[in-house]
Amino acid sequence: MIPELGQISLILALVLATLLATVPLYGAWKNDGRLMAMAPSLVIGHFVFALMAYLVLTVAFINHDFTVTYVAMNSNLLLPLEYRLSAVWGGHEGSLLLWILMLAGWMLAVLMFSRALPTAYRTRVLSVMGMVSIGFLLFTLLTSNPFDRVLPGPPDGQDLNPLLQDPGMIFHPPLLYMGYVGFAVAFGFAIAGLLGGKVERDWVRWSRPWTLTAWSFLTAGITLGSWWAYYELGWGGWWFWDPVENASFIPWLIGTALIHSQAVTEKRGAFPAWTVLLAIAAFSMSLLGTFLVRSGVLTSVHAFANDPERGLFILAFMTVITGGALLLYALRAPRIMAGDGFDFVSRETALMINNMFFAVSAGMVLLGTLYPLVSDFMGWAQVSVGPPYFSAMFILLMTPVVMLIPLGPMSRWKQDGLGRILKPLVISAAVAIVAGVAISASLGAWSARAITGWIGGLWLIFGTFSYVRTALRGRRRGLPRHQIGMIMAHAGIGVFVIGVAMVSSSTLQRDVRVEPGQTVEMEGYRFELHEIASVKGSNWIADEARFTVYRGDEELYTMAPQKRRYHRSGQVMTQVALRPGIFRDLYIAMGEELDSTTQAWSVRIHIKPFIRWIWAGALLLALGGLVSASDRRYWRERRSEARGEVPSGTATPGGKVPA
Amino acid sequence: MIRMLVPLGIFLALVIMLVAGLDTAEERKLVASPLIDKPVPEFTLPGLFDSNAERSSSDFLGQPWILNVWGSWCWACRVEHPFVERLGREAGIPLVGFNWKDERTDALEWLDRYGDAWTAHVVDFEGRSAIDLGVYGAPETFLIDHRGIIRHKHIGPIDQTVFDDLMRRIMALRSETEAS
Repeated sequence: MIPELGQISLILALVLATLLATVPLYGAWKNDGRLMAMAPSLVIGHFVFALMAYLVLTVAFINHDFTVTYVAMNSNLLLPLEYRLSAVWGGHEGSLLLWILMLAGWMLAVLMFSRALPTAYRTRVLSVMGMVSIGFLLFTLLTSNPFDRVLPGPPDGQDLNPLLQDPGMIFHPPLLYMGYVGFAVAFGFAIAGLLGGKVERDWVRWSRPWTLTAWSFLTAGITLGSWWAYYELGWGGWWFWDPVENASFIPWLIGTALIHSQAVTEKRGAFPAWTVLLAIAAFSMSLLGTFLVRSGVLTSVHAFANDPERGLFILAFMTVITGGALLLYALRAPRIMAGDGFDFVSRETALMINNMFFAVSAGMVLLGTLYPLVSDFMGWAQVSVGPPYFSAMFILLMTPVVMLIPLGPMSRWKQDGLGRILKPLVISAAVAIVAGVAISASLGAWSARAITGWIGGLWLIFGTFSYVRTALRGRRRGLPRHQIGMIMAHAGIGVFVIGVAMVSSSTLQRDVRVEPGQTVEMEGYRFELHEIASVKGSNWIADEARFTVYRGDEELYTMAPQKRRYHRSGQVMTQVALRPGIFRDLYIAMGEELDSTTQAWSVRIHIKPFIRWIWAGALLLALGGLVSASDRRYWRERRSEARGEVPSGTATPGGKVPA
Repeated sequence: MIRMLVPLGIFLALVIMLVAGLDTAEERKLVASPLIDKPVPEFTLPGLFDSNAERSSSDFLGQPWILNVWGSWCWACRVEHPFVERLGREAGIPLVGFNWKDERTDALEWLDRYGDAWTAHVVDFEGRSAIDLGVYGAPETFLIDHRGIIRHKHIGPIDQTVFDDLMRRIMALRSETEAS
């Protein structure tokens, strides 16, 4: 009975979303206050029912209700509670439900924190988000219902993919989805602006904190995913350029461009149409990403055929949402006001260059990701576009970005002189070069990649801090939050660059055969294998290799990598042993048993320098975004301005820039 | 105005491509048919762990067997892997991994990482035999009966539905073998 309640909740949420997408929107058009006043209660109701559906599925997992097909497919009696809770979003159907819940949550947040927006505008935003929700609810109900039943149910379920049975995996998808779905807010703001007939600085200022928050979640989600891949996949890599990763990276790149172009449009009124287009693109790419991954389209072109119904629905939905948005853009964008002019050397230009690079990078990743699809379509030979393509293109595109980042904040709006921008940075550049070479030398990382990495990373960090000095000059109070956030983010990229350069240039890796009692020496570390033991977990058994690590005569740690076999699925998983450190990670993964009598195993040992810096830098980025979003400027100014604004829905085509 | 339509145009081109992908995917299933009920094309190929350990298609005569085409570069093979592992355990007949257009080191690393699901391995790095077999793209799974006749072919990754279907067919082939 309970799963049917979930089904009913979803249907009710669909009804409310449909109402929300139509009635208040009509009200906003006709300037009918009573119709618009329906929006808040509809948003709340929509959220409540989405939450209900989600909770019902969660309860089904907790209670091992295997009559629900989705539960039977993704859980079993042996699965620990925390993984049963995260298994709710472990498969296609449930992750759609999580999407819906988060979208409903963002809508609720917009409702609560945007009280000061003009009513008609806020109503349009919520209606547009309601339209998005209709698509997802229909998709879920028609093609991917998590509440489908099998009666009688099987006595036990299958297993949640063991790869996903990991603490990192509990938080990774929700964070990622928060980011994906969060771009729906920026999308809603942009479309509402287009619908209203005027796209001005207002909507951009209002949507900035939302975009920043969504972007931060996405950053954190990707970071967590990378960290998870590092220790869970047993390969020692932190980024694989596979379609799943790319699907999250494309929206991130466009989102990065978007937060910067929003800054220009808000402050100077420049490139408003471009900003709208980016807002549409960021969300569309999130849609494309979620669907490509979840529908299995990209794993193989053939997978498309396995479920043509789902594939078709995806295409239809995307066509309506993105196609509709782009059509609206084509109709309304010519009316968008033009910004003030600016000189070639100015902050506008700096941000334009930023946007160019990020947009091109996103296009490049998209092309590489869809390439198998394209080549198949064109009937070309099966060519896989692998990491070499992505790495080469990316280094090419991101090197100028790294070089230019410190210049951006230094530049002034409208017009500036190159000399004035560069002058305070000369010292940073010199120090970065000297220190970069010195550090590489002292670490013995004497390769072009390590040296340029250190110089680039330090240049970013020092350059950013020399901006702090300039900005603080003649200022009695500290820096505003949005600047602190920017500084954190830019310095974070520096930390990230150093990490990437060191990992890719100086990782040590050895595949060795070891028996109990033998020792492996590497980089001054001694890894001694004591024994191969059998250990049992709640739903797996494993061979565990017990190592003690020495440096000189000093005993440092014990490390115990495992080879696990999961009872239910029989899947074998490598559980790596990791010793993280600020300057290097020790990493042991078990390969295969080579000889059962002597208990010899093939073992892979890595020493990875500075790998933590990759995630530390990325987390700084995410944190920076959140700090920026929390700037009172976005919230306070909004209130004072909103008070001055007449809360009417009358659209003024071709509205002018407010002074 | 025209300029503003460019993004829409690009987007629609993308959609058309995806729709066409859906259509041709249906056609592609038909590619499988000419080989069904024909003898499996003769091949003798080196092994994966040891290139000297050659296996021929005739080695498996007398019992039904499965030929599973994969490559470490093939993303979808990772997706179907849990089901291939189950096939290996539950089918009770040889499951031959046909490593296609791969590099030996990549393939071995892949096995380290995801586990070896197959009971025997052959490699076809140049993809010559794969052409005879009519391999369209990895992953592909052939069911071959005890007389060496291809009885069924599945293109694309194995999921739960496909797995159930394959198991049914395998059981039928096994009883057919016992009856003959």
